[in-house]
Amino acid sequence: MNDSGVGSTEPPESGGTGFAGAGAGIVMSAVDVHKRFGRLEVLKGVSLDVERRETVCVIGASGSGKTTFIRCINHLEKIDAGRITVNGRLIGYRESNGKLREDSERSIAQQRTQIGMVFQRFNLFPHKTALQNVTEAPVRVLGVSRGEAQEMALALLARVGLRDKCDTYPGKLSGGQQQRVAIARALAMKPALMLFDEPTSALDPEVTGEVLSVMEELAHDGMTMIVVTHEMGFAKVAADRVVMMDGGTIIEEGTPEHFFEAPTHERTKQFLSKIL
Amino acid sequence: MLAAFDWHVIWQRLFHPDHVFFRAMYTTVYIAVIAQLIGVLLGLVAALMRSARLWPFRFLSGVYVLIFRGTPLLVQIFFIYYGANLMLGFTLVPNSLNLGLFRLDGAIVAGILALGINEGAYMREIIRAGIDSIDRGQMEAAKSLGMRFGLAMRRIVLPQAARVIVPPLGNEFNNMLKTTSLVFTIGVYEMFSDAEIHYSNTFLPEYFVAVAFWYLVLTGIWGFIQAGIERRLTASERGDELTLRERLAAAWAPAGAFVRR
Repeated sequence: MNDSGVGSTEPPESGGTGFAGAGAGIVMSAVDVHKRFGRLEVLKGVSLDVERRETVCVIGASGSGKTTFIRCINHLEKIDAGRITVNGRLIGYRESNGKLREDSERSIAQQRTQIGMVFQRFNLFPHKTALQNVTEAPVRVLGVSRGEAQEMALALLARVGLRDKCDTYPGKLSGGQQQRVAIARALAMKPALMLFDEPTSALDPEVTGEVLSVMEELAHDGMTMIVVTHEMGFAKVAADRVVMMDGGTIIEEGTPEHFFEAPTHERTKQFLSKIL
Repeated sequence: MLAAFDWHVIWQRLFHPDHVFFRAMYTTVYIAVIAQLIGVLLGLVAALMRSARLWPFRFLSGVYVLIFRGTPLLVQIFFIYYGANLMLGFTLVPNSLNLGLFRLDGAIVAGILALGINEGAYMREIIRAGIDSIDRGQMEAAKSLGMRFGLAMRRIVLPQAARVIVPPLGNEFNNMLKTTSLVFTIGVYEMFSDAEIHYSNTFLPEYFVAVAFWYLVLTGIWGFIQAGIERRLTASERGDELTLRERLAAAWAPAGAFVRR
């Protein structure tokens, strides 16, 4: 399934425990990632390194592959070529004899525990209260005791400003509140990396602010984050780096200042002039 | 016509049923319950196999539904009772089954198996529809939290799918209560056999009317239970409107199904 030829840019690592070659500072490393849906090639060789405590915003028009790319990082999508590592550990694949084959379900699930994900449409569990949404995975996956998980969950809910909503079901929460619970739920796994897939796109304009400010705080607290977003205001204040995708590749990357003051690529200029 | 109707027989059968009848009724009920449980289990397995990664599982699941939904139940009952052991070369249906408290004779075991396997084919469709009704994002969210497929199914998808599955499941059980009467054909002494034997001794069709009434009682009781369960399911959906006491009752007491809200 996977063409390993492009994988040789990084030294093969043994066992997936330590940090591989590129240095301990790098949390996520994608090398020449290709992905196709049928005949449509969505990712045409995406490479990106994200350092610890760094916040990277991925921007681009719809269809540019940014959502697909972020979904590949926790293997919600398989990749056709290239490799993705998180904390030096290959995601979704196992390497043997220089070939990459899809990893076992158990080990993929284990890899995902260190990657938090926040979805565009929240995907909270509607049959569980806000608190239960947050405690479910720590208890069932990590084996944390119920009491400990609840204590941590209450602290996380307080952190996103929803301590008083802990016994409320998602159906009774506003979109902004739901998304904040979803952030708390992902954080409860103590992930090394947080992925945000257009976290405010499904929200009413009045409530995007409350979600963005939670994310901003997270970024300032040093969480490593990859954020697919159209919120240029957020990128400006929270991003260390902005990445512009178009047609399945990264066409430009730089600091937010670079993007908003002097984008070089014609496509970037066009895109920014439309949404700013 | 009604002048020829023997009301006394009806009266006797309805208000003074003998213990033989009650045994027969008990047999009907436990055949229905066990067969339905088997049906739900097989249906669940088949529904999960249907979306398995390996094609032989999907194929098997399809063939199962094709055969058991596409052939008469009566034929299946006869085949399992008379033919299965011979054809398989081993004892699928024992002459009698000892379960400690319970001793089931071979005909009952065959009847339960046939009804359960047949029911599983229908339950697969119902359970599949329930699982498919749950947004894909739920499974993705569960996976992104490190849950494996089984855990995500058990804790996240199936509890939500239950809301969709339970109403048709209730109808299936209503059907099952009545369909058990088919096993009289392989000599199981259940409610219909009881009526049939009285009839062949007396040629009084009143016995059939009486037993029809008793089936009505069973399905009627089930109707109440089903309504209770469905009320409870919608109540847990509105969850936060419940007081803690009600929520505890719903969670712990099976009787919670009957608490009026």
